[in-house]
Amino acid sequence: MRKLVCIICPRGCRLEVGDNLEVKGNACPKGKKYAVDECTNPTRTVTSVMRISNKCDTMVSVKTSQPIKKCDIIAAMEVIKHTAVPCPIKTGDVLIKDLFGADVIATKDVQ
Amino acid sequence: MIDTSIVVVGGGPGGMAAAVAAFDAGVKDVVILDRDEKLGGILNQCIHNGFGLHKFGRELTGPEYAKIYEDMVTERGIKVYKETTVLDISEDKVVTASSREGILKFRAGAVILAMGCRERSRGALNIPGNRPAGVYSAGTAQKLINCMGYCVGKKAVILGSGDIGLIMARRLTLEGAKVEAVCEIMPYSSGLNRNIVQCLEDFDIPLYLSTTVAEIHGKDRVEGVTIAEVDEKRQVIEETKRYIPCDTLLLSVGLIPENELTKEAGIELSPVTSGSVVDQYRMTKLDGVFACGNVLQVHDLVDYVSEEGEIAGKSAVAYVRGELKEEKTVSVSAGNGVRYVLPQMLKVTDTEDVDLYLRVTQPYGKVKFHVTSGGELLTSVTRLHATPGEMEKIKLSKEKIALVKGDVQVYLEEVL
Repeated sequence: MRKLVCIICPRGCRLEVGDNLEVKGNACPKGKKYAVDECTNPTRTVTSVMRISNKCDTMVSVKTSQPIKKCDIIAAMEVIKHTAVPCPIKTGDVLIKDLFGADVIATKDVQ
Repeated sequence: MIDTSIVVVGGGPGGMAAAVAAFDAGVKDVVILDRDEKLGGILNQCIHNGFGLHKFGRELTGPEYAKIYEDMVTERGIKVYKETTVLDISEDKVVTASSREGILKFRAGAVILAMGCRERSRGALNIPGNRPAGVYSAGTAQKLINCMGYCVGKKAVILGSGDIGLIMARRLTLEGAKVEAVCEIMPYSSGLNRNIVQCLEDFDIPLYLSTTVAEIHGKDRVEGVTIAEVDEKRQVIEETKRYIPCDTLLLSVGLIPENELTKEAGIELSPVTSGSVVDQYRMTKLDGVFACGNVLQVHDLVDYVSEEGEIAGKSAVAYVRGELKEEKTVSVSAGNGVRYVLPQMLKVTDTEDVDLYLRVTQPYGKVKFHVTSGGELLTSVTRLHATPGEMEKIKLSKEKIALVKGDVQVYLEEVL
């Protein structure tokens, strides 16, 4: 049996996952899905910032459009860290396409 | 002198929600004053996600959450004075501010305080040692990294396991720095459980509880810190001292509501929350001055900051329209196991339900919260667990409020 803390929302339900992936302690269906995923294929949404090629002293905050595999986070960060994009940028713009199965999108506007 | 119905001091999540709520309740001349060049306050540097789950039912980053409210402010044409620092709020609600155009004076029908909070600094901790570069408050490091793109260090120790400390442990790791340890002087973390999992455990960063930084080493730049375990009285246990080489120390050791203006206006503050003493309308003891967000009580979730802003915004409208009646007022106090309850005052009126926000004094398993008035039980709620890091909310229905005879107290009972 594995004990987990659900990270889907701030409530942080304490979950117990049995050997056959039966889940206890979840307050909602999202918790059940999280527990099963966490035991079979753990993923995370990555948030970071990227440099702007035509503006200094300003960064654009970004996130992956969907969670990526936990084991790919560090490799994804290497790409995000070493890519610069030109502004203007609008929230939701795709800044890097298909990085480990997700797009990297802007989370703020930069004029 | 600019005549304005409602002046909101601070354009972070609390202030924006208050201004929007006031506008939507029908008062169109509401202004926001903010010292920064951009609305959004601290959300702009909180690039991680997890905001808005309660309010919008989806997971947003800080800048995205801020943008939703910023757009609401813009759509409504609410006047925003940026780069405008409020210097003084007088008893008759004249707000004096310094702006690029010079000194501005607003004569306000109502004032909403939404100045947020700031971080406790090294000076508040009395850590012995030198004063080298490389000691940052976690929020300062967050701003340097996330907004300006600087690297603050390569090898870090973090003191304090509140949410900002945890978030920064992950952030530094993702940026390529090594986080050697997160030390927490208390026997438990005050951060959200989910943050301990996704910020520390995901990256194998050790969390040392009942442990503090006993000394900072290095002359020009931090070269290392001595960490040590502490006893029940939070005194360093000498034998447990050990040295960790590092070039950076981040401090995430608590937030203090930024109430200098409030103090100067002579408004009574609570020694526990360091915020104003308010009633359910979020009105302070100075008539017509309201408070919301982290300047009132430090929240864990921005969603609750927005909620509180809405309460303050609507109440300010009711105030300027003369709809807030004089009512019998009772005090609301914290009993066994409860550190504080907000609001601290309750106007006994049966028009609306009131949510009581509270924090417990230490982590508990299953508990029952009891709300009493004049010694008689009003309501009880059960929680499976309660920790100081997670604010609790108890609804007091208007029917129950109608039954209030005397002062209200909230206390907890452990269910074994």
